[in-house]
Amino acid sequence: MTDAIIKTENLRFAYDAESRNVLDGIDLEIARGSFVAILGHNGSGKSTLAKTFNGILLPTEGRVLVNGSDTADPEKLIDVRRTVGMVFQNPDNQIVASVVEDDVAFAPENLGVAPAEIRARVDNALRRVGMYDFRLHAPHLLSGGQKQRVAIAGVLAMEPECIVMDEPTAMLDPIGRREVLEAVRSLRRGRGMTVVLITHHMEECVYADRLIVMSEGKIAMDGTPKEVFPRVEELLSLGLAAPETVALLHSLNARGFALPLDALSVNECADVIAKALGRREGSSLPGGKIQ
Amino acid sequence: MPILRAEHLTYIYSQGTPFQKTAVNDISLEIEAGELLGVIGHTGSGKSTFIQHLNGLLKPSAGTVYFEGRDIHADKALLRQLRFQVGLVFQYPEYQLFEETVFADIAFGPRNMGLDEAEVRERVSEAAAFVGLDGKIFDTSPLEHSGGQKRRIALAGVIAMRPRLLILDEPTAGLDPAGRESILGNILDYRDRSGAAVLLVSHSMDDVARLADRLVVLNRGRLALSGTPAEVFDHAAELREMGLTVPAATEIALALKERGVALPESVYTTKYLAKLLCALREGEGPC
Amino acid sequence: MLKNITLGQYFPGDSVVHRLDPRTKLLWLAGYITALFLANNAWAYALMLAVLIGESAAASIRPKTLLSGMKPLMFIVVFTAVVNLFYGTGEPLLKIWVFTVTADGIRRSVFMVLRILLLVCGAFLLTYTTSPLALTDGLERLLGPLKKLRVPVSELAMMMSIALRFIPTLIEETDKIMNAQRSRGANFDTGKLTERAKALVPLLVPLFVGSFRRADELATAMECRCYVPGGNRTRMKVLKFARRDVLALALCAAMLAAVVLLRRV
Repeated sequence: MTDAIIKTENLRFAYDAESRNVLDGIDLEIARGSFVAILGHNGSGKSTLAKTFNGILLPTEGRVLVNGSDTADPEKLIDVRRTVGMVFQNPDNQIVASVVEDDVAFAPENLGVAPAEIRARVDNALRRVGMYDFRLHAPHLLSGGQKQRVAIAGVLAMEPECIVMDEPTAMLDPIGRREVLEAVRSLRRGRGMTVVLITHHMEECVYADRLIVMSEGKIAMDGTPKEVFPRVEELLSLGLAAPETVALLHSLNARGFALPLDALSVNECADVIAKALGRREGSSLPGGKIQ
Repeated sequence: MPILRAEHLTYIYSQGTPFQKTAVNDISLEIEAGELLGVIGHTGSGKSTFIQHLNGLLKPSAGTVYFEGRDIHADKALLRQLRFQVGLVFQYPEYQLFEETVFADIAFGPRNMGLDEAEVRERVSEAAAFVGLDGKIFDTSPLEHSGGQKRRIALAGVIAMRPRLLILDEPTAGLDPAGRESILGNILDYRDRSGAAVLLVSHSMDDVARLADRLVVLNRGRLALSGTPAEVFDHAAELREMGLTVPAATEIALALKERGVALPESVYTTKYLAKLLCALREGEGPC
Repeated sequence: MLKNITLGQYFPGDSVVHRLDPRTKLLWLAGYITALFLANNAWAYALMLAVLIGESAAASIRPKTLLSGMKPLMFIVVFTAVVNLFYGTGEPLLKIWVFTVTADGIRRSVFMVLRILLLVCGAFLLTYTTSPLALTDGLERLLGPLKKLRVPVSELAMMMSIALRFIPTLIEETDKIMNAQRSRGANFDTGKLTERAKALVPLLVPLFVGSFRRADELATAMECRCYVPGGNRTRMKVLKFARRDVLALALCAAMLAAVVLLRRV
């Protein structure tokens, strides 16, 4: 058995008794220290699933365990929330205070941490997302990417074991998106923070250890990105798309090439195409400059 | 004659205070009827400020905007009429819905135009059809629909004015791939059938590369690059310096060139790249 | 246009007054207002005026800045002055139709205007030199004892600081929605009053709907960060009384005593 930080058992959820199940029988284990991406079209249930991970939503049926504690147990609720931190889509609606550092201090203040310790946690969290120099700024004057990094720092100051991010880049421009993804990747370095990233941007999933595709409240696909993305037709039928690299390889194969579809990064993709063309032309190409 | 012409447009925020900032700096451009012009630039490049000049929401500090040859600020009464001719769809327009019914919300613009009810009805039905909304939802509240559906309603509200120039600020932000495709399809459909010009502001290089006839790139309030997608994406290094990306197809093409595959400079769609590569394989191209 | 609201603005600075504990400043204001209402003769008013001038000098806020903040209240000041003018008793100095002006009326009128001016300027000095956050913080601590009476002081303070946090966001949103509606032919700036009032509906509905959505998302985000209403929170920044605070409060007591003594003059 793997060491699961989050485990769902036959999880079902409906917003009220009459409506259909938004989550419809989900059995899932998130391994400690892993980076899991959850993809799905709008309305597939992916955001609802995220909200069950720290007890914001409680299962209608089945249960969710965080480090073995049931999220439905009121005694364990604070423990669960402290273990699984959550970052949301709209950075404006999760920042509580009018000064960056006061906002980051919010969670440890709620947990009753001593003032000196809060100070240390806040400074540390802000440094980890590269926002320390902005600690005295007003959040509403920051860019979207900066605000979202403040939100991440606000969760880090809680010292969680896992961070769940619900479409953290959906409202950001390419620069903001890059900043946030860079922050996410740096969290992974060293400490082995568990990260669950919910998104509908295919490119953001390329670096995940595991990719789960949701549809109609169920898990439709589950595997490494290299296993999932080559299933181009299936992705399209779920209202999603393959990354452009895979889409290119796929359309080349439709025209008579026989290329492997699991070359996800631009360099990998260029390598396999160059190789295929090189063999045909019989010339030696400078291949494989993998970065 | 171009449908809209901006000449040496400059806009300075908080002029004469310590916070003075030039958001738009000497931008000139023309938009022809029936053309799809893509505008790209990162946040703060001045593109939002720029487009608000085109329907007269902002008055330039210097320079002039001409709509069908007339200075839009020449006459106050004309300015309001202009707003119906130049339809502006803001970011996340679904958050701006307010009427009790979907019908009334779409009809807001046409009613402000002073049209009679029969004409309003016709325009609402037509606009709804363009964005793929079913007439059955006309009597429901706009607020009870899903995010993607609400965005369609908002888009229909602008299309119902039958604008000659349709300006859209990030119309696909936050949508999933299927939703993106469908909204972009609706916009192209409107352009094709009405002959209107479309100005599309987007962060998605893949989208503008695929759809636009012409592109302009804004950087720090200035017009940094302009031309066909092929011409603009030829400047991959410059675009990256401005904090922008190039389409994935261009990136792959560049990586292939590094590996000795001979490709022309201007590859910017996956479809075209696939075609080129096939030709190479069949030995028709120089390799 | 919405961005030009200055009433109750905070001017960051590093003066003695800026550095005072917010609790001290709140107590000062309370003492100052009490003194103002106790003041009943020219000497007492002169003293209060001197106190205000001294205060604004210590805060390095120019009197001009203070007075410019009074502008929106000018109507009330003039109205009060005129009404009080006719309410005096004693020998009439001047008769206009049914109104009589007396020496007592003039005296009342001048004192009333002075009182309003001093009151408002004193309150402005507090908001100009104290960040809204520090202010809520100070208020929360001062009202702390009320928690024993089950008054939800911390929750109220939290509400206040969140409201302050969202003011700029809401102003921005209002501007955005106005521009969107203008683009569809809405008219906020001209036309009859009824028409303009009607034009506000398209503005207010999305603003309210948006605020509820924000409130909902914010509440969830706060829960995720372990906020429990009425929970035992600690604070990163602990308020501490310094020597200057003790000195300031001593001065406040002296002012009150002086005004009480001057009442007998």
